[in-house]
Amino acid sequence: MSALIARPAAGRRRALLAGVVTLLVAMPFVWMVSLAFKPKTEVFSYPPKLLPDQPTLDNFAYVWNSTNIPGAMANSLIVATLTVAGNCVAATAAGYALARIDFRGSRLLFTTVLGSAMVPAIVQLIPLFLIVKGFPLAGGNDLLGHGGNGLLDSYAGLVLPMLVQPLNIYLARQYFLDMPGELAEAGRLDGAGELRIFWQIYLPLARPIVATIAILSFTGAWEDFLWPLVAVSSPEMQTLPLALSSFAGSGVPQYGALMAGTFIAIVPVLVIFVAGQRHFVQGLGAGGVKG
Amino acid sequence: MVTKTRPPGTSPRPHPVTPRRPGRSPLRSAQRRAGWILVLPAVLALALVTIVPIGYGFYLSLTSYNPVERGGPTFHGLNGYLAVLRSGEFWHAIWITVQYASGTLILAVPGALALALLVNGRFPGVALFRAVLYLPRVVPLVAVSMIWLWLYSHDGLFNYLLDLVGLPPVGFLTDEDTALLSLIAMRAWKALGGSMIIFLAGLQAVPASLLEAASVDGCGRWRTLRHVILPLLVPITTYVVVVDLIYLAQSFSEIYVLTSGGPLSSTTVLNMLIYNEAFEHYRLGNASAMAFLLFCLIFGLAYLSIRTMARGGRR
Repeated sequence: MSALIARPAAGRRRALLAGVVTLLVAMPFVWMVSLAFKPKTEVFSYPPKLLPDQPTLDNFAYVWNSTNIPGAMANSLIVATLTVAGNCVAATAAGYALARIDFRGSRLLFTTVLGSAMVPAIVQLIPLFLIVKGFPLAGGNDLLGHGGNGLLDSYAGLVLPMLVQPLNIYLARQYFLDMPGELAEAGRLDGAGELRIFWQIYLPLARPIVATIAILSFTGAWEDFLWPLVAVSSPEMQTLPLALSSFAGSGVPQYGALMAGTFIAIVPVLVIFVAGQRHFVQGLGAGGVKG
Repeated sequence: MVTKTRPPGTSPRPHPVTPRRPGRSPLRSAQRRAGWILVLPAVLALALVTIVPIGYGFYLSLTSYNPVERGGPTFHGLNGYLAVLRSGEFWHAIWITVQYASGTLILAVPGALALALLVNGRFPGVALFRAVLYLPRVVPLVAVSMIWLWLYSHDGLFNYLLDLVGLPPVGFLTDEDTALLSLIAMRAWKALGGSMIIFLAGLQAVPASLLEAASVDGCGRWRTLRHVILPLLVPITTYVVVVDLIYLAQSFSEIYVLTSGGPLSSTTVLNMLIYNEAFEHYRLGNASAMAFLLFCLIFGLAYLSIRTMARGGRR
């Protein structure tokens, strides 16, 4: 495009236009921050003001002391961390095996992985709910899965469906596929076993894709809504999106506190986004079947 | 499938054979075993949360099952599907889903392309603009919904803007006529950034020589865009549309949070209907049948997307 924007004046004009458009698109976020720091009396003041007259942390204090949002945040962090761990270990290992090791059934397996990446979550939702509820010997269940609530209302139940995601296996496989096979040959000549070749030769070189998988798994778990909605019934086990939505739905919305809670929910993703921007984009380009 | 060629405990020692020799060499079986060890955790997890549920769900879709009543699922063949296909509710939900997905795409895809064109190039602040424009894509959908809940509220920003130009307030999310449109506008805003980045990658792959040739031939900006750039973006646009369509066809959380499918089921997309059928009315059989019908719809779209990606080549 260089031919089209060679003139500096045109460049400046374009920067201005882009700046205005960006500001417009970012407007909802600006208002969220504004409301989060407004005292109660100003939230409903008319006309709405962008800058609070008396900025305050009251909304955050309220969220911290009087809602289940802090606990939900801890729950979300636990669930997201477990999800990241599961995907970084199991999905990466599987992706490696499917890309670099020729074993019987690997092609069928890969087709299955690809196929299951396309199954909409709603298809699995009902059976998964029954499976998790009837999980043997958990949550008061007997060996046959009767009597209790199984893994419902537990971290295990929350994490289970996200523990290994087909899309991440696919991403890892594509990455390992592009790496040279000579590394493995060299490792074999030096007497390294197959698992060691994975662990000590390929995995350290695959850090970028592991980072991408970690980021995608974290943000995916952080924003997941439908499964927690089904798998959780007690307020103590709610994840952050659930807690926000029940807070918004309880009586007249307290927008100041609600925006403070929303702000809190956005911060971790924001930090990860700033730290790992290029991994975001990388993962996005490689596969976007699941948003 | 683990082949037992070596007693457990002994380490796979490399034999002085050439790695290329096919057949049952010790190296091959060591590889095979390592392959299975590495995929095993993933296979077990996928079997439990994907493969088995799909089979189980299909079985459920052929039954009538209410877990609140005593007794398990009763098999009734395709009756559930027939009942679903005959119900007005189902087709209404399909229609809402189609409107929701296509409405969002109609706003988001040209918008994303325009944004990509805007920030494609080098000028002061461009990296920051790109990052901020991408931001809505990263932020959890429920968080976005909370912000828009205020924007759309009676005292929110949009009603204030309407008031500024002398229009009466609108119950964006509470009025049957505007609820779906309001959701679409929010969702399009959320979708802009992700598609913009993909378009940006596409724009940057446009060969500079083509653009120079166009300008040498006296093409203005508009004609260059219309006749050189846009035709080159067709595969990537198809990709964006199909992938987004698959995703949008499964919309749930923002609708559940903002309107719960109302008012008067004017925003009850298919996923919302399935959720209600299963977890409000406990008709798990019918709900499963609906889920599989949605699956068919989405599988068709996914098939299209793979075909498109294959034709577009590796990115």
